[in-house]
This record gives sequence, structure tokens and C-alpha cells, in this order.
Amino acid sequence: MQHIIIGAGPCGVVAAETLRKKSPSAKITLIGNEPEPPYSRMAIPYYLVNKITEDGTYLRQDQHYKELGIDYLSQPVTSIDTGSQLVTLADQSQLPYDKLLIASGSHPVSPPIEGIDLPHVHSCWTLEDARQITALAKTGSNVVLMGAGFIGCIILESLVKRGVNLTVVEMSDRMIPRMLNETAGGLLKKWCIKKGVKVLTSTKITAISESGSGMQVALDNGDSLLADLVITATGVKPNTDFLQGSGIEVDNGVVVNNRLQTNIPSVYAAGDVARGKDFSTGNFSVQAIQPTATDHGRIAALNMAGMDVEHHGSLNMNVLDTLGLLSYSFGLWMGVEEGDSVSLYNPEAYQYINLRFGVDEDEDVLIGASMLGDTAHVGIVRGLIESRIHLREWKERLLDNPIRLMEAYLARTQEFG
Amino acid sequence: MQRSLYLDPAKCTGCLQCEMACSYEKLGEFNPSRSLIKVFTFHEEGRFAPYTCTQCDDAWCLRACPVDAITINLSTAAKVVNEAKCVGCKVCTIACPFGTVNYVHETGKVGKCDLCDGDPACARACPTEAITFIDANATGYERMRAFAEKSISAANATAS
Ligand SMILES: Cc1cc2nc3c(=O)[nH]c(=O)nc-3n(C[C@H](O)[C@H](O)[C@H](O)COP(=O)(O)OP(=O)(O)OC[C@H]3O[C@@H](n4cnc5c(N)ncnc54)[C@H](O)[C@@H]3O)c2cc1C
Repeated sequence: MQHIIIGAGPCGVVAAETLRKKSPSAKITLIGNEPEPPYSRMAIPYYLVNKITEDGTYLRQDQHYKELGIDYLSQPVTSIDTGSQLVTLADQSQLPYDKLLIASGSHPVSPPIEGIDLPHVHSCWTLEDARQITALAKTGSNVVLMGAGFIGCIILESLVKRGVNLTVVEMSDRMIPRMLNETAGGLLKKWCIKKGVKVLTSTKITAISESGSGMQVALDNGDSLLADLVITATGVKPNTDFLQGSGIEVDNGVVVNNRLQTNIPSVYAAGDVARGKDFSTGNFSVQAIQPTATDHGRIAALNMAGMDVEHHGSLNMNVLDTLGLLSYSFGLWMGVEEGDSVSLYNPEAYQYINLRFGVDEDEDVLIGASMLGDTAHVGIVRGLIESRIHLREWKERLLDNPIRLMEAYLARTQEFG
Repeated sequence: MQRSLYLDPAKCTGCLQCEMACSYEKLGEFNPSRSLIKVFTFHEEGRFAPYTCTQCDDAWCLRACPVDAITINLSTAAKVVNEAKCVGCKVCTIACPFGTVNYVHETGKVGKCDLCDGDPACARACPTEAITFIDANATGYERMRAFAEKSISAANATAS
């Protein structure tokens, strides 16, 4: 049995390890296209502040792949022939497979504005990007961050710690609009401003031009900003170009079923590139988060190894630390129509908790939550949502005091309460 | 013999000796707010429940870690955070469906129970045997734990 995995991010690596466990004698080839050993993008913010060196971002130690008998190749895959089950690499060599996993991740996309290709405009997605950013983001440099979404806010902290003069420009009316509502997003903005970051919401960058040794960034409100470095964090798109002509169905990500299998039975897809099942909605969508990538990698590999393992959907969830203020979102944090909800809002302490409950027979089931501020035992939110525990009398208690999530879980899973 | 922590809320009197012992063992000071075991109080029922990591087989925390900072201690089977490697990203704190990995502001890293290398201070300190460290197979506890874990694993994937 020959397994090929395209993409050596967290998804591909977990898949390769799972395959090795389940198929001790199979040939496993893991193909990446970045010059570094397989690494974790998530660790980049910590590299930016010198908390770790480059090798601290590596997913596993050097000898790991050898020890497990996993062949690691560093070369882009340029095409796939699903008829004769062959993968073609950039040097024209071809590799046969019995089962193929596409775990090629996603790439950042920038809006098509004037000046977006200037040399000092960078995204922050790869280790190579991170090296460029560390060279340009010096103490006192003027840095403009375009986009205050999840990734933007993650690198925001690193940039502040590097001592730059930071301005964040976000076109939506609040920070991290896909993770926080107006109340929480507003509080986060207040926090950032208090910490010395300039935050412009409901503002668009319209053009970037060279100006002296730096750049001039034009805004749609008529103002402009000086910048030594512009970092774009304006969304990502699945890496599917090399699948053209393969017959593998792509529609804003590789289309998969609930076994993470594509329309071609010998081909699976997982991680940021795949439109996998969402636990909360039952719909198929790209979540583009690390826990989902590793869940996918494991489940796809189990199926490739010949087991029949159904994926019930991954919970969309995020945690973010913005200059010491933590924010979280889980599942259907915006709630469902007619579902109950409860909020606790304490702006002086920068604390916010919002819980969302289901409807009908699930009216006492937690379906989503978002929070700002420290939340002890926060993983229990995942536990309560994924196990669909009926909270019974504890729902009323949570409506009174949403902090008591851990107690609710204990009471409903142990024999008392 | 593999041993595991057995937490019995029925026997817990809420004395908090475990929290004291844990913080003392780990930090060298009595600081229950940083204990890795926590006693929850149920005023309505007049009950207490000690709670910490059960070192589950699924090891959600370990799998979610982007930098390989959580590993399994081969002699105790505890999932252990390697502080030198942990970057403090907190993904494990949301990935653990039991809520037993917490972010620690003081260190900028995460903290979880590591079974004190096979001699848990909480169990030693508990005066009422609400916390015991026992042969994992000797009681029905292992089955109970497996049941709790299954309800969460099943939510994610099922094998047929
Ligand atoms: C700065 C930053 C911070 C982040 N922080 C968080 C966070 O806190 N929490 C969170 O949940 N997520 C976070 N993410 C997102 C997370 O990193 C991704 O969801 C995760 O990396 C997805 O894993 P993956 O294996 O699917 O894809 P990737 O990690 O993107 O790996 C895919 C690999 O495939 C390679 N590849 C692509 N095409 C080909 C080809 N044709 N041939 C060969 N190889 C190919 C790519 O080069 C890449 O190395 C962050 C991302 C960034 C950039």
C-alpha cells in the first residue's frame, strides 16, 4: 500500500503519523513545498518576538520522520492524474499512489489595491514572511496592519512587543467580526487603544505608494499614514490550483464527504484546504483553524488505512491573546433564532461572557459561547457543546450566573446535582 | 501497574487540603488559586467535587499542540507540559473538552496535572480518601472514565 500526503503542515503530519500507526508496513510519503522542515504557522507569532527560534516552530524533531519510516520530500506537487493514480512533482518526476491525501492548506489573499505588490508589503503566513517582517519591524518603525481579523489580531501582539508604532486598519465596524459581537469587539478595541495601538475600524486602505524611504498608505476617509512596513491579514484561500484537470471537485475548497473523501474514492482531503463538516451547523465549510486541521488529518488517515470512521464535524473554536486580554469563541456564538442567551458584561474589568442555548428539545443544551477576559477551565465549553449535555436545572442557574459552566458540567456528569 | 487518580465527590468535605498540597508541590508556596486540582462547591446541594485531569486516552491537548510541547510520561501515562517548549498559544485550553488545561498568566505557559511523577501530592494530602491514586483496573473507575470520554469522542468521530 502506497500512501501519499500532499502538504506537510499540522494536518499532513498528523495524518502521516496516524497512517503509520494503523498501517505499519505501508509506504508513506509526505510532500511539502516550503524549504524548512514541517513547521507550525501558529508558532510564528512567538518567533516574531524571539520567544522561540525557528526550530521552535518545527512540528516534530529532526529524526522523527525517519524513525517512523515516513519519506519526507520537499518539492511542490504540480498535478495529479487520478486515472492512473500518479502525482507529478515540479522536477517532472512521478510517484504512484494507492491512497492520496490533499492537505495543502491555504494561502493569504490581499485585496487588489494599488501598491499591494510593493516590496515592503507582506503577509504573515510563512516562516519566510516572518523573516521579512522581523527585518523591517524594528523599534520605532511605522507599521500598518491591514485587517483586524483572527490572524491580524494574533500578530498584533507580536508587533507591539517588537516596539513598533502600530496602526490597525479594519474595514468592518469592529475587531475580529467573525469571532466577537459588537460588545466584545468594541471592548477589545478599547483595550488595544489603551495599550497604545491606533485602531481604525470601518476604514479601508485604498492605495499604497512609495514615499521617500518608506510608504504612504491612503485611507478611504481621506487621511493617510506613513509606513515602513505594511502587513496584510485579509483572509485566506485554499491551495487548490494544482488540482486543476484532476477531476477532483473543488468549490471554495476541496469538497469532501463525512469520511473526508473526495468525489474520487482514492483521494481524501483535510485541513485548511478541505470543506469539512461543521459540528454545529452540519454544513460543509472551510474552518481554517489548527484543531480542525489535526482532527481532519487523523480521521482522513484512519479511513485511508481501511477503517470506516465517520467525521461528525469539527467545532469551530478560537482563542486569542491580544496584549494580555484573552478572547474566545465556540460553535454558534451568535446563537440561533429564538434560542436563549445570557451575557455578563463588566467593561471596567474587560470581562464579557455570552452563552447561547439551542431551541426545542435542545433548549437546555449549550450551542455556542464567546468570552473576553480570563476564563478558567474554558475547555469545558467545548465539552458541553460537543457532548450535547442537557443542562436541565443548571440552565436556569447559568442564566443567573454564566460563570458556573464547570459546576454545571460536573453536576450533570456526576451522580449528584 | 498503571495507576490513576480516583476522585470521589461523595467523600469530599471541601477542606481544600488538595489545593494547598498541589500548589505547594508545584510552586513551593501555598497558593490554591494556582492549584492544578480544584474543588468545586455546590451550595444548593451542600456538596463538593474535586476535579482535575483524568489523563484521558484521547489526549486532545497533546494533539492540538502546535509545537509538540505536551508529551506522555511513559511510566505514569500522564500528559505532561514541557514548559521550555510551550509557547503559551492556549489552543490546548480550548481543545481539552474536560476543561483541565489552564493558561497561567504568571508563567505565560499552560498548566495541567502531571500526576507528580507518580506520587500525586493531592492524594497524599486528602484526609477523607476523596482523592486516591489507585490501580487503574482495580475499580470500576476506569470504565466510568472511559464512558465519559466516549460521549465526547463520539461527538467527533465514530468508527464502525
Ligand atoms: C501567524 C498565524 C497564526 C495562527 N494562529 C492560529 C491559532 O492561534 N489558532 C488556530 O486554530 N489556527 C491558527 N492559525 C491557522 C493555522 O496555522 C492553520 O489552520 C493550519 O496551519 C492549517 O494546517 P494545514 O496542515 O491544513 O495547512 P498548512 O499549515 O498551511 O500546511 C499546508 C502545507 O502544504 C504545502 N503545500 C501547498 N501546496 C502544495 C503543493 N502543491 N505541493 C506540496 N506542498 C504543498 C504548504 O506549503 C504548507 O506547507 C494561524 C496561522 C498563522 C499564519
